[in-house]
Amino acid sequence: MIDAVGHPSSLLLLGGTSEIGLATAERYLAGGPVRVVLAGRQSLRLADAAARLTRAGATVETVEFDARDAAVHTEAVRKAFAGGDIDIALVAFGVLGDQEKAWQDIDAAVELAEVNYVAAVSVGVALATEFRRQGHGHLVALSSVAAERARRSNFVYGSTKAGLDAFYTGLTEALRGDGIGVTVVRPGFVHTKMTEGLDAAPLSTTPEAVAEVIVSSVRNRREQAWAPAPLRFVMSALRHVPRPIFRRLPL
Amino acid sequence: MSRTQKTLAGWARTAPSRATVLSGDEVVSTDRLAEAVATAGGRGVIARGLGRSYGDTAQNAGGLVLDMTARDRIHAVDAATGLVDLDAGVSLDRLMRVALPFGLWVPVLPGTRQVTIGGAIANDIHGKNHHSNGSFGDHVVSMDLLLASGEVRRLEPEGPEAELFWATVGGIGLTGVILRATIRMTPTETAYFVADTERTADLDETIERFSDGSDEAYDYSSAWFDSISTGAGLGRAALGRGSLARLDELPATLRRDPLKFDAPTLLDLPDVFPNGLANKLTFSAIGELYYRKTKNKRGQIQNLTAFYHPLDLFGDWNRAYGSKGFLQYQFIVPLDAEAEFRAIIRDIAESGHVSFLNVFKKFGEGNRAPLSFPMPGWNICVDFPIVEGLGEFCRSLDERVLAMGGRLYTAKDSRTDHDTFAAMYPRLDEWRKVRDAADPDGVFASDMSRRLRLTP
Repeated sequence: MIDAVGHPSSLLLLGGTSEIGLATAERYLAGGPVRVVLAGRQSLRLADAAARLTRAGATVETVEFDARDAAVHTEAVRKAFAGGDIDIALVAFGVLGDQEKAWQDIDAAVELAEVNYVAAVSVGVALATEFRRQGHGHLVALSSVAAERARRSNFVYGSTKAGLDAFYTGLTEALRGDGIGVTVVRPGFVHTKMTEGLDAAPLSTTPEAVAEVIVSSVRNRREQAWAPAPLRFVMSALRHVPRPIFRRLPL
Repeated sequence: MSRTQKTLAGWARTAPSRATVLSGDEVVSTDRLAEAVATAGGRGVIARGLGRSYGDTAQNAGGLVLDMTARDRIHAVDAATGLVDLDAGVSLDRLMRVALPFGLWVPVLPGTRQVTIGGAIANDIHGKNHHSNGSFGDHVVSMDLLLASGEVRRLEPEGPEAELFWATVGGIGLTGVILRATIRMTPTETAYFVADTERTADLDETIERFSDGSDEAYDYSSAWFDSISTGAGLGRAALGRGSLARLDELPATLRRDPLKFDAPTLLDLPDVFPNGLANKLTFSAIGELYYRKTKNKRGQIQNLTAFYHPLDLFGDWNRAYGSKGFLQYQFIVPLDAEAEFRAIIRDIAESGHVSFLNVFKKFGEGNRAPLSFPMPGWNICVDFPIVEGLGEFCRSLDERVLAMGGRLYTAKDSRTDHDTFAAMYPRLDEWRKVRDAADPDGVFASDMSRRLRLTP
């Protein structure tokens, strides 16, 4: 259970090497002990992530999870819950891909769709089942501002996040009656490994700042959040810019 | 009424969870209760009374919760022996109203009468008379406990089942379902108190009042203290101490009906309070008012509401904290930790976390129950509105309370971690052994038992 002051006893990171996910875990660990389950592909990076959180005071478990292999998702989620209740699950995996390749190469396009959308839906269903069974919990899904309006420069990625965003927004409503909270977080440009070498967009942010937004959203049971927060108003305006003008904007 | 899905929370309205709630006839029939326990499923089952515990003791996410309030028969009141035989779902308020005409007083009354007998035992509750009369478990002559196996066992404080009896006292419902109990009541001639009230100027004087031996002259004693003023006024207190009045102490007008009891509610607070209304400004003002209202007066005749339950004038007062709720932090530290104890009070005042409902009391000897909260020491209770940073502050308090050899109270706790709790209750393993023998599969479980890892 998330306790009276908003501190969880346990946290599940799907995408166990996600920098935003790890920053969120560290943010919670600053407030007391947390059992963290890292779900990801067995790799050196996953072992590093586990070591990093152990140093920060966490009890860490790892569960084998491959976003590309939908057949094992239910089993991976079930295993993640086998060691005790999960208070917060963070759906933090995703790939950016090569945008120019992604709209011209079928394999590249399908991979983006499978990881960012299909897998997110598949684990969402599994997580909802487990959370309903245990009678409490909070789900956080990492969407993107790219989900809000497709842009020429990264519309394949944006389309996958738009799908994820719609699914988890709907799930928020579906789980309301069960007392399960869902938060859809829409970060802007985040400086991570995934965006290394890319030109930062305006209002760019860091994993730590996004983690802060996640923690405060869960505490206040907010259903939608932007990181950084002012992006909410920027995106609200951008959504209504006529296309002839929108395509000329340097985005 | 039978089985419904409900969201349950404690009195402080934090950390709610969903459970299947069994109520009405389903809990009145012992057979059906046993059946429900036997088929509870993987998330287990916990009994719940009137929901006055502040935290997560009586909720069970994804599992079964037994709303015991329908099980409310008073089977027998024996004026000669002072024994009352009653169901676990009877409230102390009702017990008081029924027993008073027989000249019997509820032996231990907490800050509210809206608690059940089952809850009173399971939390081993205490009141202003702890130093003179112990906690609730000390007045239980016997109780019937429904075990995980479906068997109903009669437990007594001495004898072959004594271990399970004392594991159930303070055992927050995790040994079984308390069905029925026999309570030894306190004989009384009147329903009034002879009370002395006084104000102290600062923390030194407050501690002095409880240390100078004057407390022994009263059966009941406690103080409201100021935890907001950071200057000289820190720890100043309004003391209320007294004993049940004898008939000859009452004025003639009251003597005609000495056992009369009425508990008026001035108003029920509506659920409209915004978050943040409970702040330093409002709390300082109310605190000042309360402090000034208290006069140094001796030998006043006061009714229960005036002397004991002033909050009962406001129904649903927990709503005043807004939807975010609040947190009650109650701890006890041994008497010899006085210096560090003073430092804690000062740090609470300087923390920026404001608390108005502060209780200060010196406790007497504890009892045999491994998870019973009371022990000889300084008992402090403060209420904080939920704000950013409160968790970290409470963790720092935990460490200091633990270092002094003190502990937290399960009926109030809603946030501590399992390692801290285990260190605060060194007899936890002893309790676990008895509990696990009575319920090896961990059928009895609650959100608290999972948070504090109390059950398998």
